[in-house]
Parts: sequence; structure tokens; C-alpha cells
Amino acid sequence: MDFSIFINEYQFYLAGLWTTIWLVALSLLLGLFVAVPVGILRSSENWLIKGPAWSFMYFFRGTPLLVQLFLIYYGAAQFDLIRETWLWHYFQEAWFCALLAFTLNTGAYTAEIIRGVISTMPKAELEAAKAYGMSESQILRRITLPNSLRRALPAYSNEIIFMIHGSAIAGIVTIVDITGAARVVNARYYAPFEAYFGAAMLYMCLTFSVIFAFKKWESHYSNR
Amino acid sequence: MFELQNYLGILLEGAWLTIQVALLSLLLAVFLGLLGALAKLSHSVFFKGIATLYTTIIRGIPDLILMLLIFFGGQVLVNNFSYSLNEWINRMASGFDPTHEWTAYLPDYINISPYIAGIITIGFIFGAYMAETFRGAFLAVEKGQLEAATAYGMNKYKLFVRVMFPQMMRHALPGIGNNWLVLLKTTALVSVIGLQDMVKIAGDAGGSTQQPFTFYIAIALIFLFFTSVSSLLFRWAERKYTIKTR
Repeated sequence: MDFSIFINEYQFYLAGLWTTIWLVALSLLLGLFVAVPVGILRSSENWLIKGPAWSFMYFFRGTPLLVQLFLIYYGAAQFDLIRETWLWHYFQEAWFCALLAFTLNTGAYTAEIIRGVISTMPKAELEAAKAYGMSESQILRRITLPNSLRRALPAYSNEIIFMIHGSAIAGIVTIVDITGAARVVNARYYAPFEAYFGAAMLYMCLTFSVIFAFKKWESHYSNR
Repeated sequence: MFELQNYLGILLEGAWLTIQVALLSLLLAVFLGLLGALAKLSHSVFFKGIATLYTTIIRGIPDLILMLLIFFGGQVLVNNFSYSLNEWINRMASGFDPTHEWTAYLPDYINISPYIAGIITIGFIFGAYMAETFRGAFLAVEKGQLEAATAYGMNKYKLFVRVMFPQMMRHALPGIGNNWLVLLKTTALVSVIGLQDMVKIAGDAGGSTQQPFTFYIAIALIFLFFTSVSSLLFRWAERKYTIKTR
């Protein structure tokens, strides 16, 4: 075993780490913008409103992320509507397809977390706030949001970990993230064990940093 | 759409392969999960340490990387090892004669099949998640039950088989169901190490017919069918087990 490969190519791995970080962070951020409205619509009583949100979540939570990525990355080319318009400018880029697939995927999973939080919101707290004469926006700011955030945080930190792990498939569609970097290094040196071991270490550091940060944040919330 | 009909048979073959990989990995995962949970709950610091290391490492590394590491890395490691072992035997047998004839005493190239590598990797990964599920389930079994069993004079083995295991399973069922759904979706990754599962077949068929979307949406629907049937089955099982005990 020759781990000098990892030392020689560390800049390449660091570039991959950076790609993984921005790809996951941007997907999570955009996914949140998808998840909030979908989660709220999903909580509606009316099936006309609930139905579309339900189908979206059912599809993206019930199929593998890899298939969703391939569906967008390879599948988009089948449609003239995409190929012959400005859309193709984006859909031919691997990073755009990965970003889109990851965003929709994490959006669906996060929407489920939001639905859960909404459906288990303690009613008595809202009633107490109303009895104190708080306005709607005050209730939202002082009661609903902190309460929901506290209850959603553990599930959401799991979702972030899943997204970091799931993003490894970006390396399959030519993106040089951590996995992509390991694949290139492997192709250059034919040292699969060392190449993927380096990637594994980087993912491990990334995952445990996130877990650590969220533990800190959660304890901050529960101490109050 | 006509293209899809031509490929239907081979797609279904791929689907069958996906199910095989998923079920065999589940078997391995449950086995490793039980071992891991028992090790975590044991009083031995050594076993506890090993199990904690196992579940921690798995939680930190993506499944795809583990799969590539075991399939490609493992192959190289095994072959390098058997090569150096061969070399050593050769040198010993020839009495360090540099001009000796080289013979392969051990197989000098071992091919790990992607089928086996896929099952081992997925089983190994989900064994860690199962260990956490089983650990929680074991802890959820009431102490009084175990005390009652001891009072009846059951030995450790009988206590486990008759009281601990059946009660633990009831608590573990929702967790096993969740893990199974994630595992099922993870099997899509075996296409990356060259197994002819339905993702790989859809990719090849989509490429040669120029209709990738049609094929990928078809297998997405097959996956959706699998996950839907699984969640119905698990919901049924959970209901059955709760009624029985109350």
C-alpha cells in the first residue's frame, strides 16, 4: 500500500471536497425552498391541494437517487423541448442535473419532516399564546418557529448526512467531487484501495464535523 | 413505447436480480445487526469497542465509496496478498535461487464477482443500521419479562429464544421496515460496479434506442412498486404483531 499517492494528489482531493460541499449546501438550501411549501400543502385537508404534494413526495422518496439523477442527466436529451431551447444550455451540464436531482430529492424528504412537525404541533401552546394576546406573526416568531425547529433539528441533521452520502453519486456523471477525484486518481495510478480510502477519510471528516456541529446546536436549543 | 415492450423481458430479469441482491443483503444485514447489537449490549469492553467502531465508520462513509473500496480495492488487496504469498512460497521452495522457475501455488488472480461484492457491501452497511435498531429494541423489552423467565427457570438460551427475541422483534419491526426501504434503493448502486441489474439494463437499452427517459422512468416505477408493496407488507406485519400481544 502506498499512501504517498494521497499526499501527492491532496490538492485534487481538496478541490473535490469543495465541490461536494457547495453541491450539497446549495441543494440543501434550494431543497428547503421546495420543502416548506410542499410540506405545508401536504398538511392540507383538501385532496386537490394535498394530492400533487403527496405524489411528488411519494415519487422522490420511493425511488433511488441514482435513478433520479440518470433520469435527469441522460433522460432530458430525449425531449426536443429541452434539446432545442435555451434549457439545453443547463441540462447538458452535469453539475446542473446533479443540483436539480439533489434539490428535488432532499426537498421531498425535508417536506416529510415538515409535515411531521406540523401534524404534531402542540395545540395548547398555540392556545396559550393566543390567550396572552399575541398577534399571528408574534405566535409564528415566538412559538411556532422555535418549537418546530427544535423538533425538526434531529431529523434534519440526519437528512444532511444522507445528502452528503448520497452526493457521492455525482462522481459517476463526470463531476469531480470527492468520489470523482478518487476515480481520477485511481485511473492515474491504478491504486483503487488508496484512492477510495482517501475519499472515505474525507467523507468521514465531513460527516462527523456536521454531526458535531448539530449536536452543539441541539444542546443550545434544549438548554433554554 | 414499442421499444419498451421489446426490452420488457430483460428488464424484468434485471428487476429479479435487484430483488435477489436486496434480499440476500438483508439476510446478511440482519445477521450482522443482531451480532452488533448483542456486542453493544455485552459487558465486554472489547466487543463493545469493535461494534461501536463498526457502526461509527459505516455512518461516516457513503455506500458508493464503500462499494468501490470493497470491490476494486478489495480485489487488488487480495491479489497483491496472494501474489506475495506465492512469491514467498516460491523463494522458500527454490532455496533462494534467483533463477528458479516461478509457479503459482495459490491462484494468482482472484476475480471478486460484482454480485458477491454488492451483497457483501450492502449487507455490511445495513448491518450497522440494523445493529442500532436491534439495540434499541432489545432495550425496549421490559425487565419484568426477563425476570419472570428467569423465575420460571429458563436458561440463558431459552430466555433469548422464547422471551427476548420475539418481544424484541415487535419493537424492531418499524426500524427494520425503514432500513429495508433504504436498502432496496441502495441496490441501484450495484450497477456502478458492473452488475446487470435493472439500472444497468435500462441504461444500455436507453442508449441503444435513444430513449433513456422512457427506460429510466420505467425502472423508477418498478422501484416505486417494490417500495409500495414493502411498506404495505410491513404495515400489515406491524399491525399483526401488536394485536397478538395486546
